[in-house]
Amino acid sequence: MLQTLKRLYHQFGSPRYFYDITGRMLPWLVAAALLLLVPALIYGLGFAPPEKYQGNSYRVIYIHVPAASIAMSGYFMMAVAGVIVLVWRMKMAEMVARAIAPIGASFTFICLVTGAIWGKPTWGTWWVWDARLTSMLILLFLYLGIMALNAAIEQPQAAARATAVLSIVGAVNLPIIKYSVEWWNTLHQPASITMTSSAIDPEMLITLLTSMAGFYCLFAVLVIMATRCEILRREQRSRWVRSLVTEAVDGV
Amino acid sequence: MNPKRKQRLIIVLGVLVAVALATGLITFALRENINLFFTPTEVAEGKAPLERRIRVGGLVVPGSVQRGEELEVSFDITDNARQITVRYAGILPDLFREGQGIIAHGKLIGGSLVEADEVLAKHDENYMPPEVQEAIEKAGHPKDTISDYQ
Repeated sequence: MLQTLKRLYHQFGSPRYFYDITGRMLPWLVAAALLLLVPALIYGLGFAPPEKYQGNSYRVIYIHVPAASIAMSGYFMMAVAGVIVLVWRMKMAEMVARAIAPIGASFTFICLVTGAIWGKPTWGTWWVWDARLTSMLILLFLYLGIMALNAAIEQPQAAARATAVLSIVGAVNLPIIKYSVEWWNTLHQPASITMTSSAIDPEMLITLLTSMAGFYCLFAVLVIMATRCEILRREQRSRWVRSLVTEAVDGV
Repeated sequence: MNPKRKQRLIIVLGVLVAVALATGLITFALRENINLFFTPTEVAEGKAPLERRIRVGGLVVPGSVQRGEELEVSFDITDNARQITVRYAGILPDLFREGQGIIAHGKLIGGSLVEADEVLAKHDENYMPPEVQEAIEKAGHPKDTISDYQ
């Protein structure tokens, strides 16, 4: 088990192997994302039963909850990659961390906007400065700060190490987001789904979980595509990338 | 693990622990300010400042809603221990109803009355279609889990 993990670690640590294997995985992931997301969103937004008090406005959860979840897991991934960058100096981790930042920022933004759209009819306000909403806004600023830092430092390795520090420090915000609704009085409701139970009607829950799985596949597709671009950019002088380019040019 | 990497790992983990500790202390010191609202019990205990704008949150007590002229309305909210009266003139959110969790933003007068200029509805974590709710009520279960609310 440990041997396999170690082998995988070294294999995925090689840009060439990563590029190769993700190239073969991508079509399947795209298919999975489409197969899960399209029906889940059509059913969720159009056909799932309305909620007893909120009516139709609750349907935003089919986008809001997956976006929020990915925003946080994406940041967690970036922080873990940051630790690998700082401790093991792995080049692939640098590229993955860089690829995640703008994608995670987009999902955080989607989460905040859909939340505000739902908040207006349900709560009666677009925004309040409660602990959950504020800590989520801080997450967006962390993502933006990491993107800015990446853009400001030209040398990719130096940029990766600087952003790694920032993303690890910012990771403190993740438990605050998760538990804000329990630690403090907030307007945002506590979690509906936990590891052991759910306060959501089964029909709505299945739709939500399908949509969530679809959004995660979409996230994987986006991160892999961005990482592959980053590999080509950073490895452009290597022989295998050059031969890849000549092949592609000759093919046309 | 080679010693150099081990040392770097210890530094990274040390930084993380230090930052977590600092954040923990800051949020602990600011906990009163991070809370979005006071509960009726906290108001009764005198924790909320008088004659200042505050937010109070609780469940609307069934049967306490009184409509006055035009949009004037007054109702009691409770945290199942103490109650406080809210007076408000304006449009209530769609979700406002008896038993619903709400947050009123306004001036605390005399320790037991809030002159609100904003009322927000707090949605709980339960999501249910209307038919399911009807079925549950028919089976004789309580309408809302008030005790879940704090």
